Amino acid sequence: MKQNKLWNSGFIYSLGALIGLIIVWQVIVLITDVPRFILPPPALVYTAFVENWRLIAEHGLATFTEVMLGLTVGILLGIATALQLEMSPTARLFLRPILVFSQAIPVFALAPVLTLWLGYGLISKVTMAVLIIYFPVTSAFFDGLRKTPPGLLDLATVMQATNLRTLFYLKIPAAMPSLLSGVRLAAVYAPIGAIIGEWVGSSEGLGYLMLLANGRVKTDLMFAALFSLGALSMSLYGLVNVLIRQFLFKYENPSDRNSL
Amino acid sequence: MVILNHQPVHNDVYINGSITLSGKVILNDMNLTIKAGQWTALLGPSGSGKSTLLRLIAGLDTAADFTGSITSSTQVSLSSCVSYMAQDDLLLDWADVVQNVCLGARLRGQGGDKTKAKRVIQQVGLNQHAQKRPQSLSGGQRQRVALARTLMEQKSIILLDEPFSALDARTRTDMQDLAAEQFKDQTVILVTHDPGEAVRLCQSIYLLQDCSVNSIAALSPPFPKSIDDKAMFALQSSLMTQIRQSKRADR
Repeated sequence: MKQNKLWNSGFIYSLGALIGLIIVWQVIVLITDVPRFILPPPALVYTAFVENWRLIAEHGLATFTEVMLGLTVGILLGIATALQLEMSPTARLFLRPILVFSQAIPVFALAPVLTLWLGYGLISKVTMAVLIIYFPVTSAFFDGLRKTPPGLLDLATVMQATNLRTLFYLKIPAAMPSLLSGVRLAAVYAPIGAIIGEWVGSSEGLGYLMLLANGRVKTDLMFAALFSLGALSMSLYGLVNVLIRQFLFKYENPSDRNSL
Repeated sequence: MVILNHQPVHNDVYINGSITLSGKVILNDMNLTIKAGQWTALLGPSGSGKSTLLRLIAGLDTAADFTGSITSSTQVSLSSCVSYMAQDDLLLDWADVVQNVCLGARLRGQGGDKTKAKRVIQQVGLNQHAQKRPQSLSGGQRQRVALARTLMEQKSIILLDEPFSALDARTRTDMQDLAAEQFKDQTVILVTHDPGEAVRLCQSIYLLQDCSVNSIAALSPPFPKSIDDKAMFALQSSLMTQIRQSKRADR
């Protein structure tokens, strides 16, 4: 039996779920008759989006820049830390408790201090995004590095490999599936960091726009910005997945290949 | 048939000593001579210490304590002249067959000799699969790649740790033949729990059981024995009888 490709891709189901959600939303608005400034109907949010799309795109670009910079720096820092932890037992002794402790402090709580130190500009948002993804990336990659199959390490010993070559040819490739899970998580977390940063203090970005619209009781615009943020995060996640599939597919675990 | 240039084979290995595992004696006061240029089996049930012994020869970490000495007739350190093949093929999923075969050279920073790799891959009958990645190979083909990787190392002592035990009966026999042909007249130490395998391939057999190591009179060359060899069956059943007389450690 020949199957429709669109049907198979699951896209049609996602679209169906979205339409269902909008219908439920509309029904709630109709039944409860809530004022527009509490919950605007879907059509009004759509109008707000169409009327303000330039404004939303402008602020969206600011948030996108923060997220991309944060993601890049955070992932690189995470990789470097995990490698350092793997290569040096001393680093493991000193850095690990600090790393765990840093996770015990919610990043939210640090946001005001970071804004105080780093100002209202780009840097404080990028730092927030970095802080929020640094630990998941480090921890995922380091776990992977520690879990090289022992047989492979035996083989390296018998083959008289140097430590550095064992790291580059065996440990790192074997840890790639773990690192890639960490990177996928990071793509989801990074926008959260940037938005927190914008809420605490900023003059641009989707987070800023949402606060602004909320303050002026433009709830429809706030929802439009919120959905744009959601779309931005999902595109980022999709982009990361496409890049991984394109360039790093050979390192992927066959079982991870069909994840979201 | 292509013949590799082997390193000098006159490299007997002498093992004396005892192995204990957290105070419990595994092998007591053993005394083995591994003769150069022939196959030697370390035959024994699970937990008899045969793999531990092989790991000690390979210079690998073991959970057990070893007191004694492992020396070779030449003054070269043993760990520099061994290669190792295990039950798990230990192939890298992210590398193709050629890269897997060249792993040793790569890990030593020598740059793999691609021509030699191709020749070795042909010797194990995988020339059509040279560019494939391990996922698309069968269990038997994967073990052939592991064999090619071991051949590529060209070491004077080859350590085989039950390399055929995870294969189906037919593939196992084929692999035994291939390994016997490729490692003919070389120093091979084969760890196995299968008396049939030991008898079929090895000129010298050590039986590890009840904490001691005993030399068993093995068959004379040529090897491998044909699968319908009468003398092989006779020795196999007498060995099996002897193994079954010992106490089971797990009962």
